[in-house]
Amino acid sequence: MENYTVERSKVELTKEDFVSDQMVKWCPGCGDHAILSSVANVFPKIGYRKENFCLVSGIGCSSRFPYYVNTYGFHSIHGRAAAVSSGVKIANPHLSVWMATGDGDSLAIGGNHFIHIIRRNIDINIMLFNNQIYGLTKGQYSPTTPMGSFTKTSPQGTIEHPFNPGELILGAQGTFFARGVDTNPKMMTEIMFEAARHDGTSVVEILQNCVIFADKTHAQITSKDLRDDHQLHLKNGEPMLFGKEKNKGIRMRNSRLEAVEIGKDGITEDDILVHDQYQQDPGLHLMLAKMAPPHLPIALGVIRSAMYPTYDDLVEEQIKYAKENSKIKNMDDLLNSGDTWVIE
Amino acid sequence: MTGKTKKQFIEREDVVVKFVGDSGDGMQLTGTLFSDNAAIGGNDIATFPDYPAEIRAPHNTIAGVSGFQVHIGKKVHTTGDLCDVLVAMNPASLKANLKWAKIGATIIVDADSFDERSIEKAGYKTNPMDDGSLDKFNLIKAPVSSFTKESLKELTTDVKTAEKSRNMFALGIIYFIFDRKFDTTFEYLDKKFKKNPLVSEINKTVMKAGYIFAENVDALESQIHIPKATLEKGKYRNITGNVATAWGLLAASEKSGVPLFLGSYPITPATEILMELAKHKSLGAKVFQAEDEIAGICSAIGASFAGSMACTTTSGPGLSLKSEAIGLAVMTELPLVIVDVQRGGPSTGLPTKSEQSDLYQALFGRNGEAPCIVIAASSPSNCFYFAFEAAKLSMEHMTPVILLTDGYLGNGSQLFKIPKMADLPKINPPIAKPNDPDYKPYRRDPETFVRQWAIPGTEGLRHRIGGLEKENIIGTVSTDPQNHQLMVDLREAKVQKVADFIPLQTITGKENADILVVSWGGTQGAVLSAVEALQAEGKSIAHAHFNYIMPLPKNTADILSGHKKIIVCELNSGQFVNYLRMKHPENQYRQFNKVQGLPFFVNELTAAFNQILEEK
Ligand SMILES: Cc1ncc(C[n+]2csc(CCOP(=O)(O)OP(=O)(O)O)c2C)c(N)n1
Ligand code: SF4
Ligand SMILES: [Mg+2]
Repeated sequence: MENYTVERSKVELTKEDFVSDQMVKWCPGCGDHAILSSVANVFPKIGYRKENFCLVSGIGCSSRFPYYVNTYGFHSIHGRAAAVSSGVKIANPHLSVWMATGDGDSLAIGGNHFIHIIRRNIDINIMLFNNQIYGLTKGQYSPTTPMGSFTKTSPQGTIEHPFNPGELILGAQGTFFARGVDTNPKMMTEIMFEAARHDGTSVVEILQNCVIFADKTHAQITSKDLRDDHQLHLKNGEPMLFGKEKNKGIRMRNSRLEAVEIGKDGITEDDILVHDQYQQDPGLHLMLAKMAPPHLPIALGVIRSAMYPTYDDLVEEQIKYAKENSKIKNMDDLLNSGDTWVIE
Repeated sequence: MTGKTKKQFIEREDVVVKFVGDSGDGMQLTGTLFSDNAAIGGNDIATFPDYPAEIRAPHNTIAGVSGFQVHIGKKVHTTGDLCDVLVAMNPASLKANLKWAKIGATIIVDADSFDERSIEKAGYKTNPMDDGSLDKFNLIKAPVSSFTKESLKELTTDVKTAEKSRNMFALGIIYFIFDRKFDTTFEYLDKKFKKNPLVSEINKTVMKAGYIFAENVDALESQIHIPKATLEKGKYRNITGNVATAWGLLAASEKSGVPLFLGSYPITPATEILMELAKHKSLGAKVFQAEDEIAGICSAIGASFAGSMACTTTSGPGLSLKSEAIGLAVMTELPLVIVDVQRGGPSTGLPTKSEQSDLYQALFGRNGEAPCIVIAASSPSNCFYFAFEAAKLSMEHMTPVILLTDGYLGNGSQLFKIPKMADLPKINPPIAKPNDPDYKPYRRDPETFVRQWAIPGTEGLRHRIGGLEKENIIGTVSTDPQNHQLMVDLREAKVQKVADFIPLQTITGKENADILVVSWGGTQGAVLSAVEALQAEGKSIAHAHFNYIMPLPKNTADILSGHKKIIVCELNSGQFVNYLRMKHPENQYRQFNKVQGLPFFVNELTAAFNQILEEK
């Protein structure tokens, strides 16, 4: 199949090429700043012409993102970024389309569009800023807020089961899912680079801290004393090791994932699973996406990156085929096709 | 034909024929074959299918009745009120449609289908063929089923095949009544069943049998001749409003050189536009069947931003879902065509019935000051031109356009004089040039207030837009009070400016007639027929039919003044009349409304107009 590639820049670009003149209005200390910085770092590395980047967002703190990146950008309406960006990409497959969205924007009001863009595998890079709260509207619980959390709309604690975005994405037949955290910009940049390389919808969930309304919501993962034991950094082809000394690992036992220590109970590195992000079967990817402290570390990095045809390529294929094979080449042909008659 | 008796011919200016039967009886095809044949024979035609709401309703019940109405004549404006000839293939279809037959109409029934069970299933207590209830009609009891079987004796013994070709027997009868030649229909059958010549032969044989039967029936005393239409010379085809809409959009795309993108979600009665456009990928149309109406319009807005001629098609409930996004298109000043094929509302309402339900919604159904261009087609064939016009206005004025059609226009068909693409007007979208040093996202043309379309990928024009209020010219986010006032005023002025680019309102009849009849959109045929009938009687009556609604044509005030009385006719409770009261309060308006899921009938309009004319 032909690939509708994005034109590359003839000159070397730098971070400065992508910084806009707009004042960044996120709260000081908000995780969004780090994400912005990662994007500005990774765009020049990806190497496309700067005019070919297009950023689309919905509504939320996170969705203000396009104003701060000097590319083409569209700040749309709440929940609809996936639909807007689908239109952008289908209309012009030569654009590198990026979407900035929040846990409310994509998993509540925009849930429908979110699962369908993934199912269609349209080549768009989605950055899902998961702060487990509605930031812009000042602190109501979201579909990812942990059960029992106290928020402005749950004074007695939430009574809803939260979504695990990875589970939802893989359930919607996602071909690419990665997870990063705002405290690790280097990893975010690597993940985004891989997301850009992936043909199809790539979703990068970023565990983002809202200092104002859900501060430390990811502390189990990010705090200094816990993070080594609670984070598993996945690397394709490498064993799933974690811990300060990299002496812990993940193995499969009785069809379940289990955290084990190497050297203990006769466990060796051979028992540890090796990550294969490219495998088609999503079974293990789903298990990895669901891992969570305290019993298992959270999986960070690229969890899944499987090859499937993309919607936008297939659209172009069908049009090409129709153009080559249809008798109707223009409107005059169409208007005069079928049963017609002349009145003298 | 080998006629026994030569029957006498009578001339009729126009005739309405309705074919009705059970869903599986092939009434749509029968009606289409007849109307195509009439059109090729030189008559003017208008047709309307009457589908049951249920897809597979129980056999032989009222719920399962399917119909197809054909109006043929020298010149026809509508699909006709009551029918002159009713062909009913079973008791249920007779029961459901008798009220649409004129007193004295010829009613042809399949007498074989009137068995006890079917009569009872249709809800009749007694057999209508013998109980005198059809005395006011010219009833032809045709043994359609048995004669069909008999005629096929030598070709097939398969009961199902005979059952399936009953409709062709009825068609044969109709061809005799209207003295039609078989040629075009036989050609069609040969072409359709090229791979299966036996089927074609079966259909032809049954049709001939029907014809011969009719020739020999004494109750059919005369054959009807309809004079040829006085149509402009040219090449014609038959077209439904929905197909015409799809083609108008495709034509605008070709003419402007801007590729077409449709984002849409299926909904009756608009779905055919989506299905039609999906067929034309060879013309570069990109058709996206979205997960809902919101995604339909939002994907279109994205495509518009990316430089496509973007469209979304829907009906009332879908337009409601699109409201917020239409506001986004207003705010971002991107071109977008929103086609609303109106149906009975509110809520799910009457999905398969027509109504001028959504004018308020089109004009006012958004948050904030969110003006859209609103135009309305008025016949199946002019859906082509108004779809083209919607796309042209939208791109040239960089703003969403709502095109209102309705179920009657969408599903109805009419003769369409095939235009040449070279003769259609040019479309010039204001596309920004690469590296234009003066480009600013919200810099406007000083005459039209239109901003430029800077398409992603273009060098030197990177910019951000969105739903937040924008600062004039530079387009950054702004909450400045004076700026908001200015931008609200500019968006309104831009839409009002469109009045300079649309035709003036015309009037049929004298400028100072005693009454001016006003209508808009899909009711043109019926209202014009009624006005013309009264004008022929010498009455002082004129007609102004509006296709341009927001903005109104510049001479609207002049058109409305100077008449003693104005009556506004609509298939709703008075949405356009209230809009006129708001825009032109200097006049007194009366209104004539009907909200029954039915079109206007010419005789109810003439009665209403006569009553006003007779008032002292
Ligand atoms: C139709 C509509 N409903 C509600 C809102 C109000 N609203 C704006 S942002 C938001 C939630 C944002 O949460 P999230 O997507 O998680 O983004 P965050 O601010 O946390 O980055 C809500 C409810 C809106 N703008 N539009
Ligand atoms: S409210 Fe929270 S998410 Fe929004 S900018 Fe402030 S810290 Fe960030
Ligand atoms: Mg959030």
